[in-house]
Formats: sequence, structure tokens, C-alpha cells
Amino acid sequence: MIFRKYVAAAAVTLGVVALASTAIARDFTIASWGGGYQDSQRKNFFKPFGDSKGIKVLEDTYLGGWAQFKAMQETGNRPWDVVQIETSELIRGCEEGLFVKLDWSRIGPKDNYIGPAVTECGLGVATVSQLVGYNPKNTKAEPTSIADFFDLKKIPGKRGVRSDPKGTLEFALMADGVDVKDVYKVMSTKAGLDRAFAKLDSIKSNIQWWEAGAQAPEWLISGDVVMSTAYNGRISKANKDGHGLKMIWQNNILYVDKWVIFKGSKHVDTAYEYLQFFSDPKREAAFTNDYTYGQPVKAALKYIKPDVAAALPAGANIADALDTGRQDSVEFWLDNSDEIFERWTAWKAK
Amino acid sequence: MSEQAINPGPTGAVSDRSILKANLRRAERRRKFRAYGLIAPLFLFLLAFFLIPIGSVLYFSISNPEVVTMLPRVTAALRDWDAQSIPDEATFAALAEDLKRGYADTTLPKVSLRLNYEVSGFRSLLMRTGRKAKRMRAPFKEAIIARDKRWSELIYWRTLKANDSRFTLHYLLQALDLDLQWDGSIERAAPEQQIYLSNLRRTLWIALVVTLACIMLGYPVAYMIATAPPRLAKILILLVLLPFWTSLLVRTAAWVIVLQKSGIVNDALIGLGLVDEPLALIFNRTGVYISMVHILLPFMILPLYSVMKGIPGDHVRAAASLGATPRSAFLGVYFPQTVPGLAAGCLLVYVIALGFYITPMLIGGGSDQMLAYLIAEFATNTANWGLAGALAMLLLICIAVLYPLYQRFAGAGGMKLG
Repeated sequence: MIFRKYVAAAAVTLGVVALASTAIARDFTIASWGGGYQDSQRKNFFKPFGDSKGIKVLEDTYLGGWAQFKAMQETGNRPWDVVQIETSELIRGCEEGLFVKLDWSRIGPKDNYIGPAVTECGLGVATVSQLVGYNPKNTKAEPTSIADFFDLKKIPGKRGVRSDPKGTLEFALMADGVDVKDVYKVMSTKAGLDRAFAKLDSIKSNIQWWEAGAQAPEWLISGDVVMSTAYNGRISKANKDGHGLKMIWQNNILYVDKWVIFKGSKHVDTAYEYLQFFSDPKREAAFTNDYTYGQPVKAALKYIKPDVAAALPAGANIADALDTGRQDSVEFWLDNSDEIFERWTAWKAK
Repeated sequence: MSEQAINPGPTGAVSDRSILKANLRRAERRRKFRAYGLIAPLFLFLLAFFLIPIGSVLYFSISNPEVVTMLPRVTAALRDWDAQSIPDEATFAALAEDLKRGYADTTLPKVSLRLNYEVSGFRSLLMRTGRKAKRMRAPFKEAIIARDKRWSELIYWRTLKANDSRFTLHYLLQALDLDLQWDGSIERAAPEQQIYLSNLRRTLWIALVVTLACIMLGYPVAYMIATAPPRLAKILILLVLLPFWTSLLVRTAAWVIVLQKSGIVNDALIGLGLVDEPLALIFNRTGVYISMVHILLPFMILPLYSVMKGIPGDHVRAAASLGATPRSAFLGVYFPQTVPGLAAGCLLVYVIALGFYITPMLIGGGSDQMLAYLIAEFATNTANWGLAGALAMLLLICIAVLYPLYQRFAGAGGMKLG
């Protein structure tokens, strides 16, 4: 008798669970970089969007790399609908059919956005610049151009450099005098690549490598390094605490992460509505009050205070920037990143 | 034992023994089943979460399905090719068909990336040609070479032909700084591309130094705890275990604050007047050793302590009473009994140290990277699971080689696995 009662109870429970799991479809889910950045996005975009549509917006964190997408391809599982990704993953996912080729008529006129923000599968989220930051308290002579980064006589001391050949090799070439238009033409030749490594070799014993964005401003503040390549947003954040760090915008490396929509997502319509919602210039301007990243919508600049705009990767600051999303940059790294990674690792270890 | 064993049979003693034997065998069998039943959950757990995942990682390191499954026609057409001159029109036609289909069903980017591992630039070659393949018409040889001149170079065709098997040694050889050529020969990688063996050597060396340092520092501490009065011993054990309550990353970040140029150590040294300039304790090998030893010391102290606790104090006293000097009493009586604990501690520290990468990454300089960093880079960042698997296999072999060594030293008092 008792045994039968237990079997019945188990059967009912299983039945309920089975019904529930088929009835509950996953809510609209967005994945972003996490931390304070995502908190800011939640305040300015995710929550208002959910409230305005009366739907639940779930969030997740994505920290970069292709492995998660490869796993999604292998398992057929799609835990997210919209995700913010970097250019190399964007191109790969777009070509491998993982992301929707955007129908811009459902988002907005392409002219409303800055050039780097409009791509086949992705809408620009924010512009981030990797540039040279320095602490005037650490050095008598102040650097005025990126060539000074490699001038140990004018400005002696350690330099912080990002531990990644992407962005760093281009930086070395531009500091050596290569025009931003020709960087990849030069790097595609053996002589050009050797030139980039040689330029970095000239200061190698003074280099301190950083992996995480937070390390660069930390070292500038603590006096560990006199100059460093760094993300502009991190420097601005340190300056909000009154540390007085300065930036050199010349030939900065521009990263424009993109929102993408997964093909086969059950919320494609909601995703398009989100992208439209995101493209509101006033909302984007409000975001820059938390994070000094440039906004993809041109009109947003109107609503940003001039002193904030002066520290944004926008307008004049990115006039001579190297856009890592442009065709020749993407093609170069897709073809050569494996080989260059090995050479870079060997060179770093010497 | 059943009743039958006690009641003697009609034939007496001999029958007794055979009945006894049968009963014994039955009891043994039952005991064995019970034993297997008890370890079955553990075995299934190991199978599901240990053997199968590791097996699949190793499988990735030799698996080569892309070219065979995604470019089937051109692979078949190249089977009879002599590899000495440009292939014929039929092969080009097969290529065009494969590229057309591969581009449409989005498998082309995957096989392009795979072939790019062999020859840099192969990716853009395949993608450029693939994008226009749908509109190509015979004669395909002209059309394809017109699209990209590189198709008239033999290296690309030879590479395609060389990858017509589902399995490859490419990743395993790459992990050993060797290059698998198109004709099957093996050459050393270009000197500026050789990173894996030197990285492995560095990893083994760093782990060794850390293990030795842990022995030097941990042995006295374990001895002190083992011979201390119970209340003091409890407090000391607590202090050894305390770091485990914080995460590895937090401890590593704390070391950055302690060791940096204007950090606690340097400020103290300068304040005491012992040095004039701050010492370089971080972003170099010194910092890596200091932080790794700190993190791994408990793994040496605890096994040593547990073995030392079981050594009666009488032994050393007896040796002294028989005329041994303190040194020979220690070396001849005490130390040999601690060897199993020492072996266990060494194994633990060494194996864990081999897998470290976060600490060297945050505290070390450019020449302090360990192998797990590269494995993580290929596993999670670029998703080159073949190479990640090959490097993981390298580490696995290094560790497997250690085990017989451990067995020899652990002896009767040590753990026996299997």
C-alpha cells in the first residue's frame, strides 16, 4: 500500500516537472561583460527595456573567447538571445551561421550610427580605446606623442604594455611612423612584422605586461610604471577618484564591441526591439555618465557634456584611430593570429 | 558459515574440507560483490567525470575530421594526385563544388580555420574563393586561379592531400615544437615559433623548485606541530588551514599588494634602513616562487604532520639511549619513518604546481608563464581544442611518469591506488 503511494507520488512529481519544463520557455536573455559595466547597462538599458515591454529580461556574463560558442554549436544549445562580443568572434560567428545577419530596417537608418558600429551581423555597443596613459606625478618630462613611449632617454622608466600581440604590434608600427592606413599592408610583410617586434625590443627590458584592464591604471597610480597602454574607460574611472592621469589620443586602437542576435533564438523580434531601444541617443548619453565609452549613435554626442565628451573615444579623439573592426585588420588577424601568437610567446619569454 | 560445515558428512574429514572450501568460496564471492557494490558509485563517478572527459580531450588531440567531412569531393579527387604539379580540371571542379556547398551550409569557415593552422593565409584563401564559388562555371581551373593566384601554388594542394585522414599527428607534434610536413616528414619548428618545449621545461623546473622550497619550509613546521602540546597543536593547524578559507585569486592579488615596489615588504625594508632602493619582488621569478610556495605549503605540511603524528616519541629516545648522536638518531630513525608522508606531500605539491597558471600570470613577468596558461588560451580563448588536448596530454604524461617514483618511496606506509 505504502509502496504504491510512493510510486504514485513520484509519477505525479515527474509529470509536473515534465509539463513545467515544456511550458516554461527561456525568457529573453542578454549576456554582457559583467561587473560594474553590466550594472550600468542594466540601469540604462536592460531594466528600462524590460519595463517598457512588460517582459522579463534575464542576464548572463560572457568573458570573451570562442570556446563557449563552439560548445553551443556542438550541443545545439542556445542559452542567450543577444550577446556583446568582440570583433574576432563576430566575424567567426557571422560566417559560421551562428548569428543573424541583421535587417537594418528593423533597427534604424545606418546613417544614424558611426561607421565602425555598422556591420553585417553586429550593432556597435560602445567604442573603447586602447591608448597611452601616464601619470604626470611619475615623470618630469611629459610625453606628447606615442613615439615618446619608446623614447627611454626622454622619459626613463617602466612601461606597462598589454600582454597581447593584437593591438600592440600595430601600436609599435604607428609609433615607428607607419600611417594608420598602411599598418596591415606593412605587417603582412616579413620585414614589417620584424620591424614591429624590433620596435618593442627596444624597450623590452622596461616592459611590464598586463592581462587585466584594471592593472594598468593601478600601476600608474602606484608609480610602478611611468606610462602604460590602457583602456580609456579605466583611466577616466581612476580620474573620477582624483588621480589626475592623462591620456594621449594619437593613433589610439579602437575596439567596437557588437551586439549580436543568435540565429534560431525564440526571441528574435524582442532582440530587434531591444536594439532599437538601445539606439536612443539620450539613453546612450546617460550611459556615458557612468562609463566613458563612446556611443554608436552619432546624435548621442549632442546630449553629452563637453568636458565628458573630451575624454570619450568619439569625434576628434578617434579621427586618426585604428579601427580593429575594419576589413584588413580582421582578415590579417584571422589569417595570422596562430602563427604570430607563437612568435609573440617565444619573444616574450626570451 | 552455514550449518552444513559444522555437521560432519558420512565420509568424515575429507568431505568436511571440501564443504568448507565451497562455503569459503561462496563467502569470498559475496564479500567481493559487496566490495564492488560499495565502490561502484565511485567508479561510475570517476568514469563519468574523470575518464570520459580526459579521454575525449585526448581524442581531440588526434582528431582531424574537418577536411574529410567538409571537403569530401576534392579530398577524393586528390587521392590519385602525384603532388608534383598543379591538379587537373576535375580536381578544380571538385573544389568548386565543395566550396559552394561549404559556403552555403557554413562549414567552410570551420575547415578554413583548421587548414590555417597548417599554412597561414589558407583561411582567407578558402573564404575568398568560397564566397564566389556559387557563380563559377567551367573551366573551373581558370576561374579559381583567376579568383586567387595562390591556387597555382603546390603547398595548398599538398596540405589538402596530407589531411585526408580522420586522424592526425599535427597537434601532438606541434606540442613538441615539431612541424608535420605535407609529405609526412617531421621537422623542427622555426626557432622563433618554438615555445612549447621550453615552456614545459620551465613549468617542470618551477614546480620542482617550489616543491623543494616547500620541503625546506614545511618539514620543520610539521615537526613542530606534531610534537607540540595538544592545545598549541590545534591552534597551529588552524593557522596552516586558514589560507584555504580565501580563494586562490584573492591570495594572489594580496601578494601583489605585499610585494609591489611601494608595497608592504619594500616599505618595511626601506623603513628599517636595510635597503635603499625598493627590491624587485614582483613581475619576476622571485615573486612567482614566493607566492606559489605560500599557496602550496599547507599541502606539504598536512601529509607530513599526519605521518609524523604516528611516530612514537620513544623511538628517537631509544636511539639516543643506545648511543646515537642527535643527527644519526634523526637520519637513521626518525627521518626514514616520515618518508611516506614526505612522498605524499611532494606528489601533491608537485602535481598541483604543474597545473598553476593564474599565479604566474598575475605575479610573474613575460618569461614566467607556465604550460597551463597556454592550455587555457587554446581551450577557452581560441577554441583550438586539438592543440589544447595535445598540451594537456603532455602534462598528463609528465605526471604519469612520476607515479612509479612515488610508489617506490611511499612504500608500505603510503597510499596504494590499485
